[in-house]
Amino acid sequence: MSLCLQARQLACERDGRWLFEGLDLDIRSGEIVRIEGPNGSGKTTLLKLLAGQLGDYHGELYWNGERLAKVREHFLANLLYLGHSPGVKAGLTPLENLAWYQALNGDKGDEEQRLRALLHVGLGGFEDVLAGQLSAGQQRRVALARLTLTRRALWVLDEPFTAIDRQGVDALEKQLAAHAQTGGSVLLTTHHALAVSPAVRSVQLG
Amino acid sequence: MLDTPQGGLWVAFKATLKRDVTLMFRRRGELLNPLVFFALVVTLFPIGISPDPAVLSLIAPGLLWVAALLAALLSLDSLFRTDYDDGSLEQLLLTPQPLAVLGLAKVAAHWLFTGLPLAIVAPLLGIMLALPAGSYAVLSLSLAIGSASLSLIGAIGAALTVGIARGGVLLSLLILPLYIPVLIFGVGAVQAAINGDGIAAHLAMLGALLAASLLLAPWAIAASLRISING
Amino acid sequence: MWTFIHKWGSPKWFYAMSARVQPWCWAVSLLLIATGTVWGLAFAPTEVNQGQGDSFRIIYVHVPAAFLAQSVFVSMAAASLVFMVWKIKVADMAATVMAPFGAVMTFVALFSGAVWGVPTWGTWWMWDARLTSMLILLFLFLGVIALRGAFASRDSGSKAASVLAMVGVINIPIIKYSVDWWFTLHQPATFTLTSRPAMPTEMWLPLLVMVLGFYGFFIALTLMRTRNEILRREMNKRWVIDLIREAR
Repeated sequence: MSLCLQARQLACERDGRWLFEGLDLDIRSGEIVRIEGPNGSGKTTLLKLLAGQLGDYHGELYWNGERLAKVREHFLANLLYLGHSPGVKAGLTPLENLAWYQALNGDKGDEEQRLRALLHVGLGGFEDVLAGQLSAGQQRRVALARLTLTRRALWVLDEPFTAIDRQGVDALEKQLAAHAQTGGSVLLTTHHALAVSPAVRSVQLG
Repeated sequence: MLDTPQGGLWVAFKATLKRDVTLMFRRRGELLNPLVFFALVVTLFPIGISPDPAVLSLIAPGLLWVAALLAALLSLDSLFRTDYDDGSLEQLLLTPQPLAVLGLAKVAAHWLFTGLPLAIVAPLLGIMLALPAGSYAVLSLSLAIGSASLSLIGAIGAALTVGIARGGVLLSLLILPLYIPVLIFGVGAVQAAINGDGIAAHLAMLGALLAASLLLAPWAIAASLRISING
Repeated sequence: MWTFIHKWGSPKWFYAMSARVQPWCWAVSLLLIATGTVWGLAFAPTEVNQGQGDSFRIIYVHVPAAFLAQSVFVSMAAASLVFMVWKIKVADMAATVMAPFGAVMTFVALFSGAVWGVPTWGTWWMWDARLTSMLILLFLFLGVIALRGAFASRDSGSKAASVLAMVGVINIPIIKYSVDWWFTLHQPATFTLTSRPAMPTEMWLPLLVMVLGFYGFFIALTLMRTRNEILRREMNKRWVIDLIREAR
């Protein structure tokens, strides 16, 4: 198993308060790592930090053994980040939303691919409805369609199970497991009890 | 399974521009708001000051420019706000593409749908204010160039205040002082056209301001967006 | 150079060192201001060329305040740059305390200019190029202060205010230049604060003393208020707790 993302002595200070200190974390390919901790323990901050979004931190991050700051572009091209908000534009159709995601990474993609991704998350027939008219769960699914649409080594997911129904949860769990089995890595926070193999490794915060 | 980033900056720029244009086009009603505001403010002045064409033609250049500037300011608050609220701004920050360039795409869309229409409508309101003949084309041209700078500078303020719940008023406070040079040279161009002086110097200054804004503002916008998203 | 920056960047070290420098700054600046005030008000000759009489003595407050207002904005932007590039928090604390001081100095310059306007122009306010630029500078200061206060997170507010200060400092010369241009086009006043005949030595020497005194005052006050800011922000740190215990 090769190393994917490595954190050494990671610490984050906000407004004079330490959210976490001296955190060592290795995420290898094929692993599912779950960040746990009470509310306000800095889970979301840690995810953002590990997704390379925060500039202010102490310690060092490595991507494939190289300092993340040096290989940032390569890192971002292999990262899929899903935050608290799904990042789906209400004024665009699911297809248009996905087209924009792809283009952001310099990939024009094709319609066929996007349709298949929407079908996979159970949004067949909704591809031309404005996302604003979809339910919260369906909007979440539009965002989750990106998991199928692009091949990224590292998935960073902040509460990905929010607002999704049972079938959706099952499908997503299967997808996480499949991703890990094909050598990808997943880093997530969730209150949901995960039933996935390979086993999920937990990291406790706070 | 690791991918190396494929350039594609142009693809991302075009897609972001197209996305914003599509979104604005789908809210056509909102697009009219700055124009209606522009017309309304202009209407207030004959009522507030005097309907006398001699008086109005004297203040018309400055009045039209100030009203257009305020109208452009009005729409700035929403520039990044919807993206911030629905989380797509976060995705914009996480691409391998330089954020400054993608921010520029959003500013370009903003200008296309506020600055440019304002510049086109301005002569019409100029007639109503008895703007002296011979300055109409210059009014439009100066507004078209100037409003591009306004959009760029204003976007810095919009990016700085996007994380603040009621940032609209604060945005005006931050940005209006920075608008003054654009206002001076914009009105100067129209005034010069009325007086029959050369307009080249004023337009050149507006062009220089635009060039400087184009060069510097995207970096400030990118830095501000990162601060607003992550603190 | 690098180690020098980092030493001053440590709040604890800064607190200790500034304690030694601070009294000297206060002594020198107050001495200069006292000298300049007495010299300027009592001994400098009365203005006769423009018939301003004794009212010209306002320059001994107006000019130093105006100088300082601009310098404070530049220093604030410089401190912001240091903070953003090297993540040195003391620089941000200094920028924090400079902003209100700069706003006050700008206001003093505006107010003294307005008072001076009564005997010279016969009115409290004239859209003179320099006064207009000064007014815009006041708005810039107020914007930086308001933006810093608008953020729930202090760290975010610091960074946002830093960006705005840097954007502002790039714009100040542009604003100044464009306002001058605007003013020459409109030129309403017969004489302005800008174009004055050369001052005799016995008039500008006390002015120089006052200007230096004001700068000293700025440095001393900034040191003092930065020290307060350090204590406030680091009050949970070990060294501050020890310091307070010793003081008791």
